[in-house]
Amino acid sequence: MTSESLVNELPNPRRERLARLGRRALWRLLGGVLVLWAVATLTFFALRLMPGDPVLAILGGPSGNPTAETIAEATREYGLDKPLAVQYALYLGRLVQGDLGVSYSQHLPVTRVLAEQSWPTLELTLTSLVLAWILVLALTVLTAGGRRWVSSLASLAETLSAALPHFWLGILLLAVFAFGLRLFPPAGSDGWRTLVLPSVALAIPLAGFIAQVTRESLELTLDQPFVLTARTRGLSDTAVRFKHALRHAVLPGISLSGWAIGALISGAVVIEVIFSRKGLGRQLYQAVQAQDLPLTIGISLVVAAGYVLANILVDLLYLWVDPRQQEHAA
Amino acid sequence: MSELLLDTPLPGIRVQRTPRKWRFGPLLAVSFLGFLIIAAVLPQLFAHSDPLAIVPHDAFHPPGWAHWFGTDQSGRDIFSRVIYGTRQSLFIGLAATALAMSIAIVLGLLGGLGGAYLDRGVGWLLEILFAFPSLILALLFVAVFGSGIGPLIVATGLGGAPGYARMVRGQVLAVRNAGYIESAKALGHPPLRIITRQLLPNAMRPLIVTLTMGVGQAIVWASALSFLGLGARPPAPEWGTMLSMGRDFIANAWWLTFFPGLFIVLTTLSTTVAGRYLQQRLEGRLA
Repeated sequence: MTSESLVNELPNPRRERLARLGRRALWRLLGGVLVLWAVATLTFFALRLMPGDPVLAILGGPSGNPTAETIAEATREYGLDKPLAVQYALYLGRLVQGDLGVSYSQHLPVTRVLAEQSWPTLELTLTSLVLAWILVLALTVLTAGGRRWVSSLASLAETLSAALPHFWLGILLLAVFAFGLRLFPPAGSDGWRTLVLPSVALAIPLAGFIAQVTRESLELTLDQPFVLTARTRGLSDTAVRFKHALRHAVLPGISLSGWAIGALISGAVVIEVIFSRKGLGRQLYQAVQAQDLPLTIGISLVVAAGYVLANILVDLLYLWVDPRQQEHAA
Repeated sequence: MSELLLDTPLPGIRVQRTPRKWRFGPLLAVSFLGFLIIAAVLPQLFAHSDPLAIVPHDAFHPPGWAHWFGTDQSGRDIFSRVIYGTRQSLFIGLAATALAMSIAIVLGLLGGLGGAYLDRGVGWLLEILFAFPSLILALLFVAVFGSGIGPLIVATGLGGAPGYARMVRGQVLAVRNAGYIESAKALGHPPLRIITRQLLPNAMRPLIVTLTMGVGQAIVWASALSFLGLGARPPAPEWGTMLSMGRDFIANAWWLTFFPGLFIVLTTLSTTVAGRYLQQRLEGRLA
């Protein structure tokens, strides 16, 4: 055997690693598609089981007083006279082609409504997530394992903020900063000034949750031998914390962030209602109440897709931050 | 250095133990929870006026001696309403957590014991439930079954179930190969008996803490749903409903929303602190 062929047969560790990450991402994506199908199906049947005639919902509710002819016409037009199974199959067929149908209540293509409303919600949740992580890092890295009273004070702050319901926080912020001090607008969704209060209301409870786990793991990490080694090499306390301990300590926080995406979206519904912001959350709230089936499924799908994607990212981020995990993950 | 010395007790020298952490906190938390339970059973003890009594000329009374937490737009005493609301909020929190846990136990047992295929199926189901933000699930649920306490409890319970189920499954997997299970099998105990007498009690022990904290979280969740108008109907004294009603007057009467919310926060805080203390006690981390 020549040395050349030996080199060829030796596994390239870096490529191996990337391939493994790629396989995992692909596998997760496949699972994600299945999840989306289930979400669409569940939502479809839930809304069809809802009391109330869907035709009335299309024609603007029972107060619209439609005639028998318009009802019959709309029933035919929307295919509501066919059996439920056929309606479901037709719906699914169009869904695969990317056609989400027309909103019953707004009479606009669902894809257009989604395109308009997705950005404000994405903006809100991402700002909240970033803000939460800044708070977490500031609180934990600077205080964990430090002086006792500082540490317990920070810990108390975290417990307290984790217990704050975002809707209450949102109303209080509204009362103090919008109506009291008039620093920020109480409603609307244009410009960064409208973003401040809603994202703070979402970020503070989230930061409390993430900070609790991060502090615990940071305190465990700071007791590890490698931290002592770093210290004996003369590294400053700040450098030890940021360069060595943090990488280990953020892991539970990262996996919690995956869960947090779901919680943030649920929170966004309430926050968007409170602050009268444009966005998927408020739209969903209205769509469910108006029995707007296509719009409800559309929003549920976008939200679920966002959640699935975010969790794949979190998964890969986790493996990237801690390559040791790959051995078990593959 | 001093820690090294303290760890090795020398004869005749009393070892200084580290002082108990959270000594004051848990006491406060448990007394508040106790207060809530008494208020839920006997609200008349604390509240002296009818939570539904309308006194028009007393509307929007700010907090003071006559009305500790002020009055709302119809002159109803907010302190009495918060106290009377305790029963409903606690009941919703407990019932939703119990429901979530029951679903979780069934799913966790199926996943943990049912073999590879069933486990994968349960895994998918959980993945789907996770991808469905709980609020969407709750909105749909309430849309189908109407608003009210019952649907509110089920919606909150369903939202919490996947998280618990994942924990139960992990616990079942960790416990099922333990020595005592093996010996119970060897002794010829029927499977159901092993599950109820050996497996579940041991698998559930770490979950007690999660459950304690879960009640607080469930109360927050249920309040969020009530706040969106999916729970108890408006004049009812329920914390989330009160918040939702007070929201319209937030610009000039902050006490309408502040006090019901404060009770939600204090309840969650108490369950968290009590749960964490329990955890430290159970894990023996507390000297």
